[in-house]
Amino acid sequence: MHHSGDLDMTRRGLLLGTAATAALTAAPFRAPARAATVGETAMPPPATGADAPSLSPVLSKVTFTVNGQRRDLELDTRTTLLDALREHLHLTGTKKGCDHGQCGACTVIVDGQRINSCLSLAVMHEGGDVTTIEGLGLPGKLHPMQAAFVEHDGYQCGYCTPGQICSAVAMLDEIKAGVPSHVTVDLNAAPQATPPQTMADEYRERMSGNICRCGAYSNIVDAISDVARREA
Amino acid sequence: MRPFTYERADSPAAAAAAVQRRPGAKFIAGGTNLLDLMKLEIETPAHLIDVNGLKLDTLEATPDGGLRIGALVRNTALAADPRVRRDYSVLSRALLAGASGQLRNKATTAGNLLQRTRCPYFYDTNQPCNKRQPGSGCAAIGGYSRQLAVVGSSDACIATHPSDMAVAMRALDATVETVRADGTTRTIPIAEFHRLPGDTPHIETALVPGELITAVTLPKPVGGTHVYRKVRDRASYAFALVSVAAVVQRDGSGRVAVGGVAHRPWRVEAAEAEMPRGAKAVTAGLLADAKPTHDNAFKLTLVERTLASVLAEAKG
Repeated sequence: MHHSGDLDMTRRGLLLGTAATAALTAAPFRAPARAATVGETAMPPPATGADAPSLSPVLSKVTFTVNGQRRDLELDTRTTLLDALREHLHLTGTKKGCDHGQCGACTVIVDGQRINSCLSLAVMHEGGDVTTIEGLGLPGKLHPMQAAFVEHDGYQCGYCTPGQICSAVAMLDEIKAGVPSHVTVDLNAAPQATPPQTMADEYRERMSGNICRCGAYSNIVDAISDVARREA
Repeated sequence: MRPFTYERADSPAAAAAAVQRRPGAKFIAGGTNLLDLMKLEIETPAHLIDVNGLKLDTLEATPDGGLRIGALVRNTALAADPRVRRDYSVLSRALLAGASGQLRNKATTAGNLLQRTRCPYFYDTNQPCNKRQPGSGCAAIGGYSRQLAVVGSSDACIATHPSDMAVAMRALDATVETVRADGTTRTIPIAEFHRLPGDTPHIETALVPGELITAVTLPKPVGGTHVYRKVRDRASYAFALVSVAAVVQRDGSGRVAVGGVAHRPWRVEAAEAEMPRGAKAVTAGLLADAKPTHDNAFKLTLVERTLASVLAEAKG
């Protein structure tokens, strides 16, 4: 794509270019927005920002394992695990949706547990073991949950899908480990012993941290149910 | 997000001392609330002290038959613990009613107690907020207040405490154990841990600067039927409009704490004498001093009806 006349531009490259343009366009409007007024009173500056000491970016070293491979990074301390994966390790399967822990698109599995990688600092994962969608399976060798999402049409646009799949894989492990949920009727009974409809309710509740704006929920539940049945 | 320096603490006392030594320093554990607020520059710590390595992540029986919950026990682990499920199920239920699976895997016991309000005016840095910017005013008063407090509020702040877990902790008479920067420890009853807003809504707890929570202890089980009922706009993954944590004994006596209505988990022990007479009588005592806004007056009725439903469920 660096040669003139070469139209082999990736979707990601195009989006990055578009985002940079958008940022340049938006930048001049940011300052006036901060200085907005209500009545005659100028709005105060945000938060404790005014008295917070101003610092230059701080770099810190961190080492963790991603999809079985050791990674040594030197990062701005502000880098989230999500940005470390996407921007530094170029594992762009993990998606940035809301960046505030509300949508679940950034879900990865760390030390066996699903977390929102957007609400976790990379430097806090020293020695950690991270699995992303790329580590679950690859084209030609899909993880059963990936295959089930394809088979059951568990997506439309696909943006939430890596997070849905990572979440679903770890969620089934939580059920196996006996973790109860909000809809579990008897806190002291094993959730595996429940009938299929109840299990579908369990999956819906337990997957509520993963939003799908296309509304593929019923197919997602079918995909998860299928995998759970085969594993049982 | 503002730049910050970062260190990992290796003992609770060292962590407390480190926070006190550095102006603008904060502890970070699960980070699920703090990082959200740092991205919005509502929280702007210049230094973070990572307390995850402090080995405060175990549950142990206390000599008097209670349960000591390490500050770093994750919400998932606490909700799933067999002792909590058996003897303090109102706490399991409250935890499972909060947040999402991903967040519960990271969020800690101490961090849950310390989470900040989700008042939309606290989150909007273009709006005045006495909690975020002391003395700037309160845009929630006269603003969109459907989610906000109906009781214990002040002319400076009508925010609510967002935690479900803390409501159950309040009903269970938990105590909060801490260590201060000078190495001394103390215990704070949960009833005194969260403050009402008064004219200093930015001071939310009884903790002094640098003080670190090390554990939350539950007294020995009180038996009874445990119920946590949360009413919210979605079936899952939403903050409470109103929630009720109740422990009801066979004779109809018991305890009730309410969430979603005040700056702290709301419990009025004197009102619990009315438990055998039913929800209306209890609610009258609980919300005697309520000052709802036009938008959230419905919460008064909602508390009574939710409590009625909880008491009916407890009766079986």
